[in-house]
Amino acid sequence: MANSKEGHIVGTSVPRKEGRDKVTGAARYVDDMALPGMLYGATVRSTIARGKIKKISFDPGVAWDEFVVVTAKDIPGKNCIALILDDQPCLAAETINHPEEPILLLAHADRHKLRKAVEAVSMEYETLPPVHTLHESEKQSTIIWGADNAFKTFLVEKGDVDSVWTDAAHIVEGEYFTGAQEQLYIENNGVIAAFDPQHGVTVWGSLQCPYYVHKALVALCGLPEDKVRVVQMETGGAFGGKEEYPSMIAGHAALLAMKSGRPVKIVYDRMEDMVATTKRHPSRTRHRTAVSRDGKILGGEIEFVIDGGAYATLSSVVLSRGTIHAGGPYYWPSVRIRTKAVATNTPPHGAFRGFGAPQSLFAMERHMDRIAEVVGISPIEIRRRNFLKPGQTTTTQQTIHENIDLDQLLSRALELSDYHAKKKHFAVENKTGARKKGMGIATFLHGAGFTGSGERYLNSLVGVEARADGVVRVLVSSAEFGQGTNTVLCQIAAEALNLPYENVVIAQPDTTIVPNSGPTVASRTAMIVGKLVQSAATGIQHTLTKTGLLSEAYTPEQFRAACREYIAAHGSLKSEVRYEAPPGVYWDDEKYRGEAYAAFAWAVYVAEVTVDLTSYRVTVDDFVALQEIGKVLHPVLAEGQITGGVAQAIGFALYENVVWQDGRMLNNQMTNYIMPTSADLPPIRVFFEQNGNIHGAHGAKGIGELPMDGPAPAIVNAVEDAIGVRFHSIPLLPEDLFQAMQELPPAASSLLPAPAREAQ
Amino acid sequence: MRADPADYKLVSPGSLQSVLSLLSAEPNQWLPIAGGTDVMVLYSAGKLSNRNLVNLWNIPELRQIEVLPKDIRIGAACTYTALRNHDFISREFPLLATAASWTGGIANQNRGTLGGNIANASPAADSLPALLVYDAELTLVSMRGERRLPYREFHTGYKQTALAPDELIRDISLPRRFSGYVAHTRKVGARNAQAISKVCLAALGRIANSTIQDVHLSLGSVAPIPLRLNETERMLSGKKVEPSLLEAARRTVAHEIRPIDDIRSTARYRAAVAGNLVVEFLEKLAAESANS
Amino acid sequence: MNSSGDAKVKHDVSFTVNGEVKRLRVHPMERLLDVLRNELGLTGTKEGCGEGECGSCSVLLDGLLVNSCLVPVAQADGSNVVTIEGIAAHSLLHPLQKAFLECGGAQCGICTPGMILAAVHLLEKKPEPTQAEIREGLAGNLCRCTGYMQIFEAVTKAAQQRVAT
Repeated sequence: MANSKEGHIVGTSVPRKEGRDKVTGAARYVDDMALPGMLYGATVRSTIARGKIKKISFDPGVAWDEFVVVTAKDIPGKNCIALILDDQPCLAAETINHPEEPILLLAHADRHKLRKAVEAVSMEYETLPPVHTLHESEKQSTIIWGADNAFKTFLVEKGDVDSVWTDAAHIVEGEYFTGAQEQLYIENNGVIAAFDPQHGVTVWGSLQCPYYVHKALVALCGLPEDKVRVVQMETGGAFGGKEEYPSMIAGHAALLAMKSGRPVKIVYDRMEDMVATTKRHPSRTRHRTAVSRDGKILGGEIEFVIDGGAYATLSSVVLSRGTIHAGGPYYWPSVRIRTKAVATNTPPHGAFRGFGAPQSLFAMERHMDRIAEVVGISPIEIRRRNFLKPGQTTTTQQTIHENIDLDQLLSRALELSDYHAKKKHFAVENKTGARKKGMGIATFLHGAGFTGSGERYLNSLVGVEARADGVVRVLVSSAEFGQGTNTVLCQIAAEALNLPYENVVIAQPDTTIVPNSGPTVASRTAMIVGKLVQSAATGIQHTLTKTGLLSEAYTPEQFRAACREYIAAHGSLKSEVRYEAPPGVYWDDEKYRGEAYAAFAWAVYVAEVTVDLTSYRVTVDDFVALQEIGKVLHPVLAEGQITGGVAQAIGFALYENVVWQDGRMLNNQMTNYIMPTSADLPPIRVFFEQNGNIHGAHGAKGIGELPMDGPAPAIVNAVEDAIGVRFHSIPLLPEDLFQAMQELPPAASSLLPAPAREAQ
Repeated sequence: MRADPADYKLVSPGSLQSVLSLLSAEPNQWLPIAGGTDVMVLYSAGKLSNRNLVNLWNIPELRQIEVLPKDIRIGAACTYTALRNHDFISREFPLLATAASWTGGIANQNRGTLGGNIANASPAADSLPALLVYDAELTLVSMRGERRLPYREFHTGYKQTALAPDELIRDISLPRRFSGYVAHTRKVGARNAQAISKVCLAALGRIANSTIQDVHLSLGSVAPIPLRLNETERMLSGKKVEPSLLEAARRTVAHEIRPIDDIRSTARYRAAVAGNLVVEFLEKLAAESANS
Repeated sequence: MNSSGDAKVKHDVSFTVNGEVKRLRVHPMERLLDVLRNELGLTGTKEGCGEGECGSCSVLLDGLLVNSCLVPVAQADGSNVVTIEGIAAHSLLHPLQKAFLECGGAQCGICTPGMILAAVHLLEKKPEPTQAEIREGLAGNLCRCTGYMQIFEAVTKAAQQRVAT
């Protein structure tokens, strides 16, 4: 191919495509847009967790004829948010399964009258006994979903687990918990919908997956596919919180638009967004591990249960990822992993960066430190003795083909964090004073792309077209929401065509213009969609060279001339490429076995913490994040993904607590849901290794979710190192630390049972 | 935004006299609003039941800071930024300057006022313990005249104050007699910035020959009102700082405070941390004595 | 004036925004944020929380950084307001805007207008801030995407450039 120098565009920190608009305030988010004749929409929601609606009353003091009112009866298509099991209604008809469940919709031109009208609708209910915890749900004394409250189960088996116990020198058990976490994108959920009989429904929204919304609206509105159009606006943060949820809010706006014939804008305020939309699945993991005298894992049983909330939504997929990551980056000669997603009467939990892996990896990494303690070796040594090596198989029996050296990665991380010197220093320092310092590590992996046959099922299609002026346009449904989609995909296309980066643009995701390249999730965009963009871009060049309009090496000017000529003759110049599963990659959905992911990124994270025994607060003083990610496509963006993910995970570990009351989030305001500020975070030092990846564009692996997996266990491991107290549950709040210290016998023994921890 | 602006009145009389005249003519009808950092949060959440507001933001008499021989007088509408930027306050009343730097972020410090915080009477407000240990006095004004009230008598119950319906706080005066004291303050919240306190200690002490000559202690967020620890101060006065005294102090503090479980924290945690903070101060006091 | 009678009275309010005088007839308790966005079409200033916690609504009011969601518009009468739209000098970006672009200070961009205003305010008060002063100056602006590191870099870089010129 032409003289494309790798690192010319890909591998450099080119300007963010939409960056100028963002720093000048010109970027247009949903609430910055208005349409003529637009109404505002709002949602009337359930105040009970479970039961039946007996009566809906409209306060006579309101001029209801001024309002558009939509109930379940108005739904033209199917009353559901089409996703996987289609069990979630768009509007509750009679049955209520969670607090804040949407019941009816109102619209009015005056936002203030609208707000008052929402307050003026009241419901009478007949309540049913609700289930509020994972523990209660699995007991099955009250069945709230299906036959047994279980949305999904998985069983992964490898080797002969039942035979490992008798000869094991050690059997180590542990139970670990993670709480719910709010995505807390700074831009709340919002959409505008419009309807006219000719064009159908159009929705502009803050969203990650235009085609998910499209599919949901087709089913809900009873419209053909070409009468539904979804456009992604500039999106102010997502993190998974705008993966499936936008289908609900878009459905609501669309119904109001269809009934009224006018455009309708629904934008949540922070209180509504926090209380009504999805959160990270709370989890409980139980480990029972057989370990040899010299600290090698012989086998074990892992039970992993997640709380899915009231409807199935994406719980089966979150469970899947959590299941596959449950064994960490270690070699398990045998293992049995039993997992389950259960229902509770809570707003459904959903996608959040990491998607099950932060939960099961928290447990694995805490458990490794426990195993180390029992065996009598260091947390470093236990990991070295169990790391996966090339040629070995994972828990799902995927052979590691790539040349990963976790041992070396760990050594490098220890050096970068000055681990040993600090540990020595702290051992002395900790003898006096109320501030105790500790070091903790986490070693982990994250699979990029959809699991197993998922990418095949997504069947992504990508387009690249050239214009007569030589400008190339990338056509994908992949959304930009800060992580750099626009920039990276344009870099790849520019590199492939040996054109200046400025000559490549990307279309705003609009389902009437872009093909379905799959959802913007699962750390798949740079790796999988990027590779398709690379192929499609190359396809443009091939078309031109095949027709003799362009030679193998060319200048941008020559490229422009060739495009002009080609388009004059043929009308357009477009190249489309569809995903093809790599050969020799097999996944057995029945047995849950085989090649789970096309690529794993690998990481070692090191946390340095201070535990202040006056305030019982844990602060992170320094953080090293070292990862092998195939290829750094854009250094500034890649580093930004890691620091942002680490910051969110520090929040997950130490700050972000959802206070539940009867299935409802009580602390649904930013003043009481605590995320770290600039004054709270340590220096986050990011380092990359690049070993390539045959399946990704330019050898890239996905990195968006990876940084979410490691910080929490590294931090809790560091706390144990600092004060010798074992914690098994996050968020680890000062109140929890205080409580645990109270329960210690005076000799401050570390042989304590884990504090039983359910959703509070 | 859960309030309808059309339902609210905001009048700006522009002078202290005219505001007082309004409050006198229609007692209990008008809610004063200065920087709005408390009022506007309630308003946005749809929880502000007072529909009539009177603007204190633009009243110059309430913005002065006067340095007099015996005291400093701070106008009630002085912002936290103004307090932080004032040399005398930073030098002679460091606990107040520090508390000002803890109150919200920079944007909230530019708008939040000392008088507004006092009148809002949240036991979690950061600057109130500092005012208590500095023996602050308030000047309350109305059409009926003015009166001075020791600040320690101002809070009468949870969000209840001694302010009469027709009164405003005009200024807060701090006696200039604490330069020789060891000053210490610490706030424990959920994070390092922009956090409502779970426990907050302001402390002043004078120690000679390892014996406590005078000690002022105040805790926020451990009772319905910001608390001056009278019992603990009495117990500590004249005593030598040694381990048994520290334990006795911890017990007396636990006895004086009334912390609760709430959305942010637990009573037991607050009680333990309160004791820890007081002990930490006493140790600091002893260390200063040893150094001098 | 008295408390009875129709509360729906609008006031004449005038203030300068980004150098232009604006005269409006508004309810005095309209939030400055909503007036900027809805009356004046300056949608660069964002609402993230409505409670003065996130800082996305930050503007400069008479040279001081404030959360515009907490300012009744009547209190801005006679004032000088600067929003993100007023930061660039015509088509030339402010050094902070350039630095944010170079260092990755903006990811999703929703916190960026407020963050830049906070940084502008910081550099005006402290032209050569330490890292601790940068952290403190920005502590009232929440960013969920960046983890703040690249924002600190951007502010440091812009400060160095300003001192150099």
